[in-house]
Amino acid sequence: MAMEVVFKKTKGLTDTPNTYCPGCTHGIIHRLVGEALEDLDIIEDSVGVAPVGCSVLAYDFFNCDMTQAAHGRAPAVATGLKRVLPPDRIVFTYQGDGDLASIGIAEIIHAAARGENITVIFVNNAIYGMTGGQMAPTSLIGQKTQTSPLGRAADNQGYPIKMSEMLATLDGATYIERVSMHDLVSINRAKRAIKKAFENQKLGKGFSFVEVLSTCPTNWGYDPFESMKWLKENMIPVFPLGVYKDKKEDE
Amino acid sequence: MAKVLMKGNEVIAETAIKAGCKGYFGYPITPQSELIAYMAKRLPEEGGIFLQAESEVAAINMVYGASCAGVRVMTSSSSPGISLKQEGISYLVGSELPSVIVNIMRGGPGLGSIQPSQADYFQATKGGGHGDYKIPTYAPANLQEIVDLTYLAFDIADIYLTPVYILGDGMLGQMMEPVEFGTREERALPPKNWATTGTRGDGPPKIINSLRLDPADLEAHNEHLQAKYREIEEKETLYEEYMTEDADYIIVAFGIVSRIARTAISRARAEGLKVGMIRPITLWPFPVKPFVDTRDKVKAYLTVEMSAGQMVEDVRLAVNGAKPVHFYGRLGGIVPTHENILQKLREIAGGVN
Repeated sequence: MAMEVVFKKTKGLTDTPNTYCPGCTHGIIHRLVGEALEDLDIIEDSVGVAPVGCSVLAYDFFNCDMTQAAHGRAPAVATGLKRVLPPDRIVFTYQGDGDLASIGIAEIIHAAARGENITVIFVNNAIYGMTGGQMAPTSLIGQKTQTSPLGRAADNQGYPIKMSEMLATLDGATYIERVSMHDLVSINRAKRAIKKAFENQKLGKGFSFVEVLSTCPTNWGYDPFESMKWLKENMIPVFPLGVYKDKKEDE
Repeated sequence: MAKVLMKGNEVIAETAIKAGCKGYFGYPITPQSELIAYMAKRLPEEGGIFLQAESEVAAINMVYGASCAGVRVMTSSSSPGISLKQEGISYLVGSELPSVIVNIMRGGPGLGSIQPSQADYFQATKGGGHGDYKIPTYAPANLQEIVDLTYLAFDIADIYLTPVYILGDGMLGQMMEPVEFGTREERALPPKNWATTGTRGDGPPKIINSLRLDPADLEAHNEHLQAKYREIEEKETLYEEYMTEDADYIIVAFGIVSRIARTAISRARAEGLKVGMIRPITLWPFPVKPFVDTRDKVKAYLTVEMSAGQMVEDVRLAVNGAKPVHFYGRLGGIVPTHENILQKLREIAGGVN
């Protein structure tokens, strides 16, 4: 009996095995980005910018031209690329919460304010993963990390930064949506958002930003299943899902 | 082509455009502000991209991005801003990306002053950022030389896949002189087949990266960089010797200070002191040869800098103890006078005041 192919790996990813921990949702998000590149037939037009953090090796996983940026500087590197490349080229960054919301917060705000026609995939798992579980700018109040061992306290370490809400206030931003990886419905929603963020760039619509709530079983100290539950019950109330900005043509 | 009267900062900008620079990313800072303003007006007229960045940090990373795309790109700043760029410069080195970085030096440390200085010599020639590296550093002494060295800087960046410094000072940036842009002979340049421009029509994905987690891989990469630096030292060192043939004393000075030294030399010679000068044009690679050639013949060297004594360390290494190496420096943005230098020469020669 002939075997029917019902599922294939996207051409947007290479065959290199990824280096993420078991249960981490980076793998899913990579796949969604790869699928968006493939669906829009832009794999060969794209240049990706990898950050510093868990996804620093993203340059090995995406099947397009890639460059690797200094910590937090991916939006500036993407700006330099996008501005001088032919207009039909697609430039995206893939950044974590430490990279984008802490050390690189100036770069992302100004890229958005300028309305750079780039796509930003922002993976928020409320912790620094690569360095072993330190407090992130998006860590929740009460969240215990290596550098907030008693739990993040508002009067000491301040409050988590809500990037989607903040960037949506900027006139330069075109499309801002927050999605999540905690269940299949959410993953399908994320797939549509990521595809739209690339489609916008292809159409020249400007700065498109998708914040993806993600898990870190290794550093949170929960198993993958419990991590999904923790995300849903603890992160979503602080970081509500939805479209924060979707600028129409006439705006 | 006729000569035109321009400011030093503007000469750098216009030459860069004529050299085919297609991207400029910068942030305002005195005393290089004319450069960014000139680029804002002129570069778009020539089909290039001008963008004022939110910070020096962002500017150098935009340079990184544009260089990844394979175009000629530059930034400019002054001392405090160059400090901010050091992270990005280290990454440009690690990823082997060409670019031109202009530092119109001002007094430091900290916010310092906006007056001319040469106190960033160490930062430019000894690495500056993290890791083992050197940056080819050109030190023009007049505005016509700015034209020649800016053209050359873009070629050197593309040939050796490295950031290149043009190191001036506030006086050189602000002064006006007639210059001729002329026509130049571009060096043979390698193809930029490493650029990340999308893979359409050009094979498998390319990766530009400075991360090498395997120690053996990173050691090999460093050895490759060091081999490149040896080649640059061998082929690209530039200097000028001025009246050194019969000299008993040799002044060592670069940039604007070398022009003041010329006046001091003619006055000293009028007094019967045989003085000449070695003027490094590349600060890295530092020209060792003219010191080897002269150190058995002269009585002493006098290094003059607008710093507390930075290049003098390289002079001492080159002279290697063969003769005394004296130093005269002014700090804080004060420019030495030829009288200052002459006085020091008289002291060294044991003459009377």
